[in-house]
Amino acid sequence: MGQKIIQVILILIVSPFLFGLINKTKAFFAGRKGPPVLQLYYDIFKLFRKGVTYSKTVSFIFILGPIISLACSIIGLLIMPLGKYPSIFSFNGDFILLIYLFAMGRFFTVIAALDTGSSFEGMGASREVQFALFAEPALFLSIIALVKLSGKTSLTGILSKSIFSINGLLNPVIYLIVATIFIVFLAENCRIPVDDPNTHLELTMIHEVMVLDHGGVDFGFILYNSALKFWILGSFIAGLFSSIFSFGLFADILIFISIMFLLSIIVGIVESVLARLRLLKVPYFLMIGLGLSFISLIISLR
Amino acid sequence: MVIILISFFINAVIALILYKYQKFVNYFNGIVTSLISLSGLILLILNYFFNFFNFKNNYIALDNLSIFFLFLIFLGSIFFSLYGINYLTNYYSKKNLGVHWALINILIASMSLVVMSKNVILFLIAWEIMSFSSFFLVLFEGEKKEVVRASFIYIVATHIGTIFLFVMFLLYSKEYSSFDMSQWGGIKDSLLSSIIFIFALIGFGTKAGIMPMHIWLPEAHPAAPSHISAMMSGIMIKNGIYGILRILFTLKDVQIWWGYLLIIMGVISGFLGILFAVSQHDIKRMLAYSSIENIGIIVIGIGLGIIGLSLNNSLLILLGFCGALLHVLNHLLFKGLLFMGAGSVYFATHSRNIDSFGGLLKRMPLTGVTFLIGSLAISSLPPFNGFMSEFLLYFGFFNSILTDKISFVILSCFGIIFMAIIGALALISFTKLFGIVFLGELRDQKHSKAKDPPFLMVLSMIIFAIFNVIIALGFPFIIKIAANILGIGINFRLTQIFNILAIIVIVFIIFYIIVLLLILKRRILLINKKIDYSLTWDCGYAKPDARMQYTGSSFVQPVIDFFRYILRTERTPIKVIDCFPDNSKFKTKTKDFFTSLFTPLIELIKRINNRLTLFQYGYIHLYILYIFIALIILLIWKL
Repeated sequence: MGQKIIQVILILIVSPFLFGLINKTKAFFAGRKGPPVLQLYYDIFKLFRKGVTYSKTVSFIFILGPIISLACSIIGLLIMPLGKYPSIFSFNGDFILLIYLFAMGRFFTVIAALDTGSSFEGMGASREVQFALFAEPALFLSIIALVKLSGKTSLTGILSKSIFSINGLLNPVIYLIVATIFIVFLAENCRIPVDDPNTHLELTMIHEVMVLDHGGVDFGFILYNSALKFWILGSFIAGLFSSIFSFGLFADILIFISIMFLLSIIVGIVESVLARLRLLKVPYFLMIGLGLSFISLIISLR
Repeated sequence: MVIILISFFINAVIALILYKYQKFVNYFNGIVTSLISLSGLILLILNYFFNFFNFKNNYIALDNLSIFFLFLIFLGSIFFSLYGINYLTNYYSKKNLGVHWALINILIASMSLVVMSKNVILFLIAWEIMSFSSFFLVLFEGEKKEVVRASFIYIVATHIGTIFLFVMFLLYSKEYSSFDMSQWGGIKDSLLSSIIFIFALIGFGTKAGIMPMHIWLPEAHPAAPSHISAMMSGIMIKNGIYGILRILFTLKDVQIWWGYLLIIMGVISGFLGILFAVSQHDIKRMLAYSSIENIGIIVIGIGLGIIGLSLNNSLLILLGFCGALLHVLNHLLFKGLLFMGAGSVYFATHSRNIDSFGGLLKRMPLTGVTFLIGSLAISSLPPFNGFMSEFLLYFGFFNSILTDKISFVILSCFGIIFMAIIGALALISFTKLFGIVFLGELRDQKHSKAKDPPFLMVLSMIIFAIFNVIIALGFPFIIKIAANILGIGINFRLTQIFNILAIIVIVFIIFYIIVLLLILKRRILLINKKIDYSLTWDCGYAKPDARMQYTGSSFVQPVIDFFRYILRTERTPIKVIDCFPDNSKFKTKTKDFFTSLFTPLIELIKRINNRLTLFQYGYIHLYILYIFIALIILLIWKL
């Protein structure tokens, strides 16, 4: 138990670091120096020291939104295993709870956005729920395929199965699943090509426009929440690869974290070389994920 | 139990006698109705623990299934009638409240009789009384044209269902030459057995609102007063589910394709129900469609249970039937709450149009908060009860993926995907409903004086909201009770599920703790900090206006557009006439395409019926002659 708690605390500390890594990668591609790797930590602490400004329109929902979303992500951390090392809670069907926790967080982000009465945030909220409509089934589909492949119905069971050994790497299904989860991962974490985390004020923004009115502590919570969410979904992908090697607990966790770093660098590269999709094309992008996971499911059913 | 039924009846009679004293009748009969239901509920609970009456005679029997549904009926009735008392104060000297309360009492009594009776004839009589009393209750505001239309559709639909029930019961009782349901024990002929099952599904499914037999539901629910909608949606349509389960449990040898059929029908109801809910503009109509969705989920659970029965898989039996039963309970709690919330909004504003509201949370804080809890629960989000029952079904599907039967595996995959899509759509429709109605700025200044409804209405809503939270936390124990009701003893499967649910409950508690800690953390961080209030930052507008907000229709537009081939939303576009167009209007309306599906059938029946008017002269003695001739023919046939 002590080890698991340390594990969770470690993630709570490390996760904002990944965003710094992404931004460094992007800066490298753009030929800039870029913000320091620890920029997100600075931002969050600065926001925590600030006062807040609220709109006269908002109610307590606006304040509750970031809090509940963050709480959902923290609970998510308690469920999401670190590769084959289970987190504090591991039970059969835990991924259902995990996905619905994300939905809970989304519900509150969306109603907090609607609470401001701003048409921009309404727009963002509308898009957020629409894209979730495609992302969620895709995630479920890939989990079905994983459950079928591994014969286990818990996250730890799925991720610790030997199908992801060296031999398993030759299995094409794995790559289809990873591709699907990667697409969902990009969409859920509002990365390019679905969304752009850098700009706040274009009509085409989704997530960033929803939090336009938040400031101070609340925005700090939101930033931290996005870092945690990035870690949780990312560790799904990293977890699939991390069980290939095993060198004991300490080394494994280091390997896991380095895979996460690699993933952030990949996201950085994707963001550097791709343009954001036109808004109307985003559903098609998510549909690709749905299609890929469908194919992986059909193959794994045989 | 009979005493309870009789007291409902007496209460109805009193209401009829005293109908002149509107105010007295309203309070007295309302409270008495609630008290009778409460005493019924207490009796049932005591009986569950001490088992002191083993109630049985030739016509009425209380087995566990009946007790469960009876429990729901009483639980709902207590609070819906309390709610109704205050809700009806708007109608003093406009309506005959004596008749209204009499009908409510008869409805509750007949609903209880339906789940208690084991004699077919008694069952059908109770069933018909239930249909008729609810028909008259829907007709409460009978001066409105759409109400008359809605109740007419309801009565026709429900009778078409009853015809199927008649045939089904006749076929079944012929097999055993007995009208006593408790003596029935399945039918050997698998074809006949399937026919009976299909007829029961159509007959009871019409009442439950399974697609495509649902067309009456989105019409009748908005037309009825809110406590009646809550009663119908929370309790009455569940009697359809009760009927399906009852017939199913007497038919001992279930066939696997029934399960497949039920899952497919459930998925269709769930998916289309919630899709139509997304596109509605009327609060109660939207809730009615969402009832269809939830019935779909319940039916999926029953289907899963049937497959479990036929594959002899105890885990699936447990998950499927318990999931279905507990979703029935949960749906009563959150849909009752939501209908009461919608009723409170209507009570305060006399409007049901979602797009005319906004910012009601500040004006009606208690209604708003309870409505939020209901919305979260119905979107099956943790940590509320809706999640728990859907979790059981998800878990059942994920476990059936690991079975060997390939057709079932494929079906389970579709089940999971569609439940995920249903979940996402439910999230859309309820963020829309809550966000547009209760948050932001008020769109129509007519409603600016809206405030929380009177005490009893608020009380019922708060209690239901608390139930929603508590049921989720006590779910591991509730599933034990549910398993007990289904006659599944304590086995290792149950312990397994119990443990999983217990972990989930612990997670929920930690969730609440974390939320509290974060709120505390925010408080601490904001000590001695400046908190400013200003306008919403709308990209530099100096004077944001309520009309500039996103409306419900614009919120769901991308989704509606994506599913336009299914929904066929009618759009009345803007016609730009001159260079400076003003006062433009844009309307969307989503009709239920199933209604048009039935139109040719109804036209055909109309044409046949027109021919048949040949026999219908309107002279009573002629009709007596017909009866006489029929009797003679029957006599000769029997000779």
